[in-house]
Amino acid sequence: MADAVQTSGASAGHEGPHGHHDPNLAHHFDTMEQQFECGKLGMWLFLATEVLLFGGLFCWYAIWRSNHPEVFVYGAQKLDWKLGGINTIVLLVSSFTMAWAVGCAQRGNRQGLLLGLGITFLGGIGFMGIKSVEYTEKFSHGYYWGGSYNPTHHEEGHAADHADGEHAETADAAHAEAGAADSHGDGHAADSAHGEESVADSAGELAPQEVRPPAALAGLSAERLTELGYEPSKVLLAAEAPGGLAASAPPTSETKLSAEEVRNVHLFFSIYFCMTGLHGIHVLIGMAVIGWLFVRALRGDFGPGYFEPVDLGGLYWHLVDLIWIYLFPLFYLI
Amino acid sequence: MSTLNAPAAPAYATAVDTRNYLKASYGPVSWLLTLDHKRIGVMYLVGISVMFLLGGIFALLVRTTLLFANNAEAVDPLITAELYNRFFTLHGAIMVFIVIIPGIPAALGNFVLPIMLGAKDVAFPRVNLLSFYMWMLGTALALASLFFGAVDTGWTFYTPYSTSENSPSGMILVVTGAFILGFSSVFTGLNFIVTIHQLRRPGQTWFRLPLFLWAIYSTAVIQILATPVLGITLLLLIVEKTMKMGFFNPAYGGDPVLFQHFFWFYSHPAVYIMILPAMGVMSEIISVFSRKHIFGYRFIAWSSVAIALFGFIVWGHHMFTSGQSALMNTIFSALTFSVAVPSAIKVFNWLATMYKGSIALQTPMLYALWFIWIFGIGGLTGLFLGTLATDIHLHDTYFVVAHFHYVMAGTIFVLFGAIHYWWPKMFGRMYDERQGAIASILLFIGFNLTFLPQFVMGSQGMPRRYYSYDEVYQVYHVLSSVGSYVMAAGLLVMGYCLFTSLKRGAKAPDNPWGSNSLEWHTTSPPPLENFNGTPVADDPYDYHNLEWDPQIQGFRSKKPMVTSG
Amino acid sequence: MSDHHSATSHGDDHHGLGHQVPTGLLFGVLIALLFLTGITVWTAKEIDLGKLNILIAMLIASAKASLVALFFMHLRWDKPFNGIVLVASVLFVSLFIAFAMMDTHAYQPDIIDRQAPAMVDRQ
Repeated sequence: MADAVQTSGASAGHEGPHGHHDPNLAHHFDTMEQQFECGKLGMWLFLATEVLLFGGLFCWYAIWRSNHPEVFVYGAQKLDWKLGGINTIVLLVSSFTMAWAVGCAQRGNRQGLLLGLGITFLGGIGFMGIKSVEYTEKFSHGYYWGGSYNPTHHEEGHAADHADGEHAETADAAHAEAGAADSHGDGHAADSAHGEESVADSAGELAPQEVRPPAALAGLSAERLTELGYEPSKVLLAAEAPGGLAASAPPTSETKLSAEEVRNVHLFFSIYFCMTGLHGIHVLIGMAVIGWLFVRALRGDFGPGYFEPVDLGGLYWHLVDLIWIYLFPLFYLI
Repeated sequence: MSTLNAPAAPAYATAVDTRNYLKASYGPVSWLLTLDHKRIGVMYLVGISVMFLLGGIFALLVRTTLLFANNAEAVDPLITAELYNRFFTLHGAIMVFIVIIPGIPAALGNFVLPIMLGAKDVAFPRVNLLSFYMWMLGTALALASLFFGAVDTGWTFYTPYSTSENSPSGMILVVTGAFILGFSSVFTGLNFIVTIHQLRRPGQTWFRLPLFLWAIYSTAVIQILATPVLGITLLLLIVEKTMKMGFFNPAYGGDPVLFQHFFWFYSHPAVYIMILPAMGVMSEIISVFSRKHIFGYRFIAWSSVAIALFGFIVWGHHMFTSGQSALMNTIFSALTFSVAVPSAIKVFNWLATMYKGSIALQTPMLYALWFIWIFGIGGLTGLFLGTLATDIHLHDTYFVVAHFHYVMAGTIFVLFGAIHYWWPKMFGRMYDERQGAIASILLFIGFNLTFLPQFVMGSQGMPRRYYSYDEVYQVYHVLSSVGSYVMAAGLLVMGYCLFTSLKRGAKAPDNPWGSNSLEWHTTSPPPLENFNGTPVADDPYDYHNLEWDPQIQGFRSKKPMVTSG
Repeated sequence: MSDHHSATSHGDDHHGLGHQVPTGLLFGVLIALLFLTGITVWTAKEIDLGKLNILIAMLIASAKASLVALFFMHLRWDKPFNGIVLVASVLFVSLFIAFAMMDTHAYQPDIIDRQAPAMVDRQ
């Protein structure tokens, strides 16, 4: 898609003389400047659509973060911020070399252009390499997304051991953020009914949590409700409850976050893999574009009179960088 | 047409290909790989018409099923409940994503937008062709789903219908198809924005643009800002279904109501993607066929932009009964009424344009008049649905079905009007005026017969999408089904009228209707690069420069609008 | 069209199309970006301000994003409309997030698990 936006303006692949009959000037444009401005505006509009595409995921993240901060605080501890930080540096540097390459193209410095594009491409490889190391590490611990989330027993116990120790302060912070992160009300009965390893016990897939009151609760059989410690006749549908249900259930202050208590951790990994995955796809597309630019630069297509594809490819690469600038702190740090 | 038909200066004639775009080259490849915006527009028109027929057939099947009240108890029902669900789903999905959204902008907008600007082509011809092939691919995937577990979720793909274990396997195909269609629409919009910004002729200011272009521009803004959100929504739906991400699944802690926010953040503005171009065409047709300068040009222009922007802040009115909070219900209900203001501005300006005009009741004008009636009803019933209290009663009833058909299918009326309006320009032939008028009257009668009864039964409680229903509603359903057959008859007449015109129609003059926008100042059909000379932009709604010439059965300009060289 | 030259002809070292950004300036921006990355990590790891940490991290990220957009993507020298496009996209994302978040917050009490029993008690 990105290629198409860039190639659209010019069809001929040779650097031509300046002026009216520049072979790089498409027939329906009057001047090179008009063509250049068209390409730029088109690229910016395309980037706007990319922002909105990622915007949907940011929206999901923001909503879940604000409603269930403990999930994210807990999940972030499972990511290696050092690797994420190195990746940030790699992308920033490659963004710089890309901007420099555009400058070289503008000045007609072909060696510099090739060098800049080459380093940028290597940056992309480095980024994806580190990313794949990270992914492999997550998979080896069973940190998959959603229904596939299946941390190994060892890991889960390990996390639980540490929850009250080294992670206690973060946990408290998360609790403070949440205001009302979670309460240990009567719902605790549900936990004990499940046993300690409610998340980890199913072999292949995570069992959907039976206790999801009140909406799901209303669908359960009377026996199951009794088994869970509820009085079946007293379970209400959310819709029937006047003014919401939370008011009468204040959070207890001694709440601590441990692995079992942080529910829905798999959602953290769902959004983590979706956002970094979509971003990774964009990095790959960007690398393809840069590879194509590199070949064209080798052929000597670009010069001060015609460097539009390099400029537009650069814009795309910077956007990929720009999105990572947000992803890094959102997933690895806070 | 002295200046246009007169032979150009020899030096100039060698420089530019003066053959019309239909005859500039021959053979299927010259069409399939064309970068000419006019040919791409025509290909869209053909594709959209075919898909419109298919969507219409599904609608007829739905209406035929509903002739009978107790389908579920019938021993041998005409159409099974399962098929019925698939039919209304495909009808909705095809009509929305494949027909109406690209309808006016991609088919007719592609054809006339650059010519109206005086440009040779859109800014990115290759992207334009890519959009078309993405449209084809998306359509093909959506249709392929018919054979791989057809979708029965309704066109909205609500979770959990679309993501649960037993949701149809065709979901993934349809959703991928809709994703690709979405990006086809994005690239069309992107192209149009850049073209309007950069390829205007010198001297053609923003406020000399035909209002159709303001409408297309506003549409493109929505396409750019809303469609990507649909894209990510559909991607999430795919990974949700295939990989059990749990985003929208309460069993994994997800939130199905959030899906509806995602979906309607695009799909409400999409309603304006559908109707804004129609409103733009209206402004052209009403002014030309009233032979009077458009009333309140700037108001109409800005109201298009206002509709585009307001369209983004009202999506929650689709979710009043979906578990959306009372707080947001109230806010969205209040905001919804804001859209009524710019919509009403447009309608009043059209009426004011017609007032004391010299109205010619030719086929395009008939369709325009029908639209005012239809959109009036569709818009006003929207107020009932935007009102929180009444919507609780009317939600998911046939009242809603009737309302959105009055609005969205209303745009189809304008699409037909626009096809008749630009037909002579596109193909260089005049259609039979009488046949065109008969078709449009049949369509109008059939349309109202189909959907007016639906308001009644909806307000009495008939829910939408039901296969079997109580017998008290049967009389309305029968009326409605009969109406749909009348519409089908109208469509047949229209198709006959247009097809035969291609062979037998009189040769079209350059300016049969007497419009002053630039596309009527080139030949019919236009040459490959749109003008045999340099067009000079003027007020597109000033008709003083035009006079009727009985010899060519068309209008000619007293002062030349295209200078050679 | 008419204001074609106004936006692009400001730069001092302007040859041909577009604006040329001096390499030194680009390098300076890179240093600033790396520095800000360090600050992000430091504030997130060492300073505990609870909810404010997210705000700080996002502010720093936005500062970095602005640097990239203004200098690497040379918005600073571009036609203003290109910048408006970017800002508009961010605004519309914010609009989406704001409304959807307002709503989910408001109905959250109805779906948070383990709170139904309180309702049971109330009966």
